Amino acid sequence: MKYFLVRLLRALVTILAVVSLCFIVLRLAGDPSVAMLGPDVSAAEIAAFRQRWGLDQPLHVQFFQFIWAVMHGDLGYSMRGGEPALSMVLRHVPQTLAITVPALLVSIAIGVPAGIAAALYRNTWFDRLIILVSIVGYTVPSFVLALVLALVFSVSLRWFPTGGSGTLAHLVLPVATIGLIGAAVIARYTRSAMLEVDGQPFIRTASAKGLRRGAVVRRHALPNAAVPIVTILGFMVGSTVTGAVVVETVFSWPGIGRLLVTSVAARDLAVVQVITLLVSAAMVLSNLVVDLLYGFLDPRMRASQSVGE
Amino acid sequence: MTLLEVDNISRHYKLPPAGFRGEARNLRAVDGVSFSISKGETLGLVGESGCGKSTTGRLVLGHIPRSGGTVTFNGRVVGTKRDAQWREMRRHLQMVYQDPLGALDRRWSIANQIGEPLDIHQKSMPKAERAERVAGLMADVGLRPDLAQRFPHELSGGQRQRVVIARALALEPELIVFDEPVSALDVSVQAQMLNLLDDLRARTSFASLFISHDLKVVRHISDRVAVMYLGEIVEQGPSETIFRAPQHPYTKALAAAIPSARRSDKTERTLLSGAPPNPVNKPSGCTFHPRCPMAMPVCAQVKPTMTIDGLHGVACHLVSGGNTNSVVTP
Repeated sequence: MKYFLVRLLRALVTILAVVSLCFIVLRLAGDPSVAMLGPDVSAAEIAAFRQRWGLDQPLHVQFFQFIWAVMHGDLGYSMRGGEPALSMVLRHVPQTLAITVPALLVSIAIGVPAGIAAALYRNTWFDRLIILVSIVGYTVPSFVLALVLALVFSVSLRWFPTGGSGTLAHLVLPVATIGLIGAAVIARYTRSAMLEVDGQPFIRTASAKGLRRGAVVRRHALPNAAVPIVTILGFMVGSTVTGAVVVETVFSWPGIGRLLVTSVAARDLAVVQVITLLVSAAMVLSNLVVDLLYGFLDPRMRASQSVGE
Repeated sequence: MTLLEVDNISRHYKLPPAGFRGEARNLRAVDGVSFSISKGETLGLVGESGCGKSTTGRLVLGHIPRSGGTVTFNGRVVGTKRDAQWREMRRHLQMVYQDPLGALDRRWSIANQIGEPLDIHQKSMPKAERAERVAGLMADVGLRPDLAQRFPHELSGGQRQRVVIARALALEPELIVFDEPVSALDVSVQAQMLNLLDDLRARTSFASLFISHDLKVVRHISDRVAVMYLGEIVEQGPSETIFRAPQHPYTKALAAAIPSARRSDKTERTLLSGAPPNPVNKPSGCTFHPRCPMAMPVCAQVKPTMTIDGLHGVACHLVSGGNTNSVVTP
């Protein structure tokens, strides 16, 4: 319990640090008034705009006002239309989840079996093929893969739409882009984790007891390889969201990724801050879940967790 | 009655050619090894590290493919292809490795580790009976019942090796290969473990191949001993004969090297110089001749065959040359 509370406190500090950094950098990076009002406005209009959004205050005053407001549940308003930033972002969240959750599942469903198979048939042509595809998969930038997929499956074959939303067909290419890249990363980690475990004496012993190869993998090798695989899955929750920024833009998918891009361009400060807050919270949470999973996966870590920090 | 018959087994490894135009080389890790083990008997296999002891153990059980020779267990050939028959044979052939922590799955409780062979080979066993068997096995190897739900990292080295032994005993195998089972343990724990093995052997009468570089340990535990040098057996016979009246110069050197509190300084000790040669380029004739204090010209040319006198066999020209009993001093 003490362990859990310490972890939770650390998580909150991490989120606070990320949000603070984001707040300050955004304000140092340029004045939103020009971006919002356009080039042909009078100095008086700019001054009125700056006063209205509190931008005329010194930076530290703005910062503490912001923290104070956040602690009272006020995350600010969008400069475009005046809608509360939180509700604006939350409205886009389901759309992003609609591509990131299936994409993560696709990554796992392809990556884990491919990695296991590569490890079991190590140094065969099959293993080399998986390594090759995996290297290509995680070195190609996501926008390139997105464009190639769009070119092949939308423009040439006309199987799926090039962009937009509304039907399941619209989901396929964005999910495939993020999912395939994730699968490449997972396959590589799974392969090396399996290879490491597979060389250990207890695996040889398991086989020497008369256990079938498949049962050895299922009962002994895979559970022991799970710790590094789960670790990488925790990190992937974060990278999937960043991947969504690019992919949503390419496929004009109305999720928080595209909202982030347009909000940064328009210097819609509150919206950017809320998205940063949500994404960092999601990453911290997933790492917390991974940490708790360790205890379940490895009895040695269970012991060290209960002993405490 | 013979339980295990090992006939002329070898394990050769092809190595890539040395240099640009070199020929492919052949590492002969085990080269023409033969021995047999009777029901309930313990054969000790000794030799320096790298002489092929462990490889021999794995060849005997069919864990790795053999380059030649056959192994027969209870009249059935021990195969190396992991088919249903191979798996079925595991009920009778078990192995205990040197590193007990590595040999245990750190995610499994002690009770489940010991019970796994039962899960594999006696699937129909009721849960209550399985639990009873596991508890019985734990008691047999001297593990407290409260350790059943613990995990390997919570146990001491000696306790872990007891778990490994209990797991090997679970199916009441007829043969267990022990590969350096006590080398990783403290000396005091080693003694406990050897007493445990003695005790278990007396009660359950399994036969064993006991691989060790430690002569004191082998002498204590074995009925018969085989001495290995560079992948070949140079001498084998009853334990006391091997240690009290060794015939092969290599065995003599090994026996003389056993530290003893009682030995007087007057006893002459044969000291070996150098290290065993590379098994890739084995010496011609008798593989031991470059280090042998009693080497004769013939030793460099002709490979000695095993001269058998009753239960005792020696592969040495000094012995086959007629000096069966007298010790030749240079």
